[in-house]
Amino acid sequence: MKLVRFWGTRGSLPVALTAQDVRAKVTAALRGASGRAFASEDDLIAYVAGLGPEITGTFGGHTSCVEIETGGPEYVICDLGSGVRPFGQRALARHGPASPQTYHVFMSHVHWDHIMGFPFFTPAYIPGNRIRIYGVHERLEDALRRQHGAPSFPVDFAALGADIEFVRLEAGKTREIAGLAVTPMLQRHAGDSYGYRFAADGKALVYSTDSEHALVDLEETRRFVDFFHDADLVIFDAMYSLADAISVKADWGHSSNIVGVELCQMAGARELCLFHHEPAHDDWAIVRVLTEARRFEEISRKGRPLRVTAAYDGMEIAL
Amino acid sequence: MDIVERRITDVVVVAPVGPIDHPNAQDLERALAPVLARDATGTSALVLDFGSVGYVSSMGLRVLMVAAKALRARGGRIAVAALQPVVAEIFDIARFGHVLEVFPTVDDALAALAPSASATPGAAT
Repeated sequence: MKLVRFWGTRGSLPVALTAQDVRAKVTAALRGASGRAFASEDDLIAYVAGLGPEITGTFGGHTSCVEIETGGPEYVICDLGSGVRPFGQRALARHGPASPQTYHVFMSHVHWDHIMGFPFFTPAYIPGNRIRIYGVHERLEDALRRQHGAPSFPVDFAALGADIEFVRLEAGKTREIAGLAVTPMLQRHAGDSYGYRFAADGKALVYSTDSEHALVDLEETRRFVDFFHDADLVIFDAMYSLADAISVKADWGHSSNIVGVELCQMAGARELCLFHHEPAHDDWAIVRVLTEARRFEEISRKGRPLRVTAAYDGMEIAL
Repeated sequence: MDIVERRITDVVVVAPVGPIDHPNAQDLERALAPVLARDATGTSALVLDFGSVGYVSSMGLRVLMVAAKALRARGGRIAVAALQPVVAEIFDIARFGHVLEVFPTVDDALAALAPSASATPGAAT
C-alpha cells in the first residue's frame, strides 16, 4: 500500500460551501491582514500559507469514498458515496475510456450516503471495465440495483456496460484481494456496518466508519483495539461530540474524536484520521474538532505520540 | 479506586479519588449504583466531587451520563464540581458542559441543587 486518497469525507449528506461561507473566509483573511504591509508577492504568499485550513481550505462536501493506492494496476476504493463521481472522472482522465480498468469496491454498508455516488460513476457505463463490489450485507446487490432505475434514476442498472460482480465477504475472515489482505469486522450501526482492515507490504490501514462505540463493556473495546492494532492509519467516524454520541444521539450509529483517540492509543496505531464529518459543521467547527482531538491526545498520551488529522476531499496520506 | 461517599440531608456527595479511566470506570459505576437505585424520596440530588480526579476517559464520562439519565428519570438532579483544569478541558472537548451541570466548588453545587443542604453546618467539608 502506498497512499490513501480521500474523495468524499462528509457524513450522511453532501454539503457545499455557500457564498456566505466564502465571504466569511475572505473576511477572516482580510481581518488578519489589517495593518500589515506586503513588500513582495512572496510575503503575501507566506501570509496566506500561515492562515488556518478553515480560512484557506475547505473540508469539502462529498460523502464517503476513499481510494487506496496499492502500487498495483487495479483500483481499490471504500464506499460509493458521492465522492466516487470525481474519483471516476479522474480515472477516466488518466486512462481514457478505451483502456479498461478493474475497480475493487469495499462497502461498509448500504445506507444512502454510502451508495448514492454509484449512478454517477462513469466507468460503470463503459464496456470492458471490471467492477467488483465486496460487502458482508446480504442485500448489498439489491440496495445498489434499486436506486439505479425508475423512479429514482433514469438509467436502469441493467444498462450499465461494465462487468459488475458482487462478492459476499464474511466478517472476521481474511481474503486476499488486489494484493491486499482484507478483513471485515462487524460494527455497531443501524442495519450493521463493517469496518475493513487492509494489510500489505508490512503496512496496515483500517477503514472504520459509521461505527458507534457504546462504551458498555471492555470486551467490545478490546475487539476494536485488536482490529486497530499497530495500524499505520485508522480512518475513524468522528461525527459527533462524545456527549451527543452517548446521549441525544445514542443509537444513531456514530462516534467521536475522543473515542477515536482512545482506541488508537490503546491499539498503538500511528495515525488517526477523523472522518465522516457532521454535515451541519462548517470548516471552523471541523477545525475545532481536530484541534481538540489533538489536545486530548496530548492529555491522554501514555506511549508514543499519535498523529491526528481530519480528512478533507482531495487529501492524500502516504503510508 | 477509592470513592468517598457522604450524605447531606437528601443530597449524596460522591468523591472519587484518582483517574477514572477504562480499567476503573466500572468501580465508579458500582459505587453509584446504590445511590441511583434508591427511591425518589431518598435522594434528590447527586454531587460528584471531582477535586481528586486527575483524568476521566470516555468510559468514565459514560458512567456520569448513565447516572444523569437515571436521576433525571425520577426527577433528581446531578452536578459535577471542583474539576481539575485537565478534567475541565476534557469536559469541554467532550461537550459535557452541555449535558451536566458543572460548578467550581462543591459548595456552589450544593447551593444550587439543595440550598437546605448547603446551609447545614460543615456541609462542604
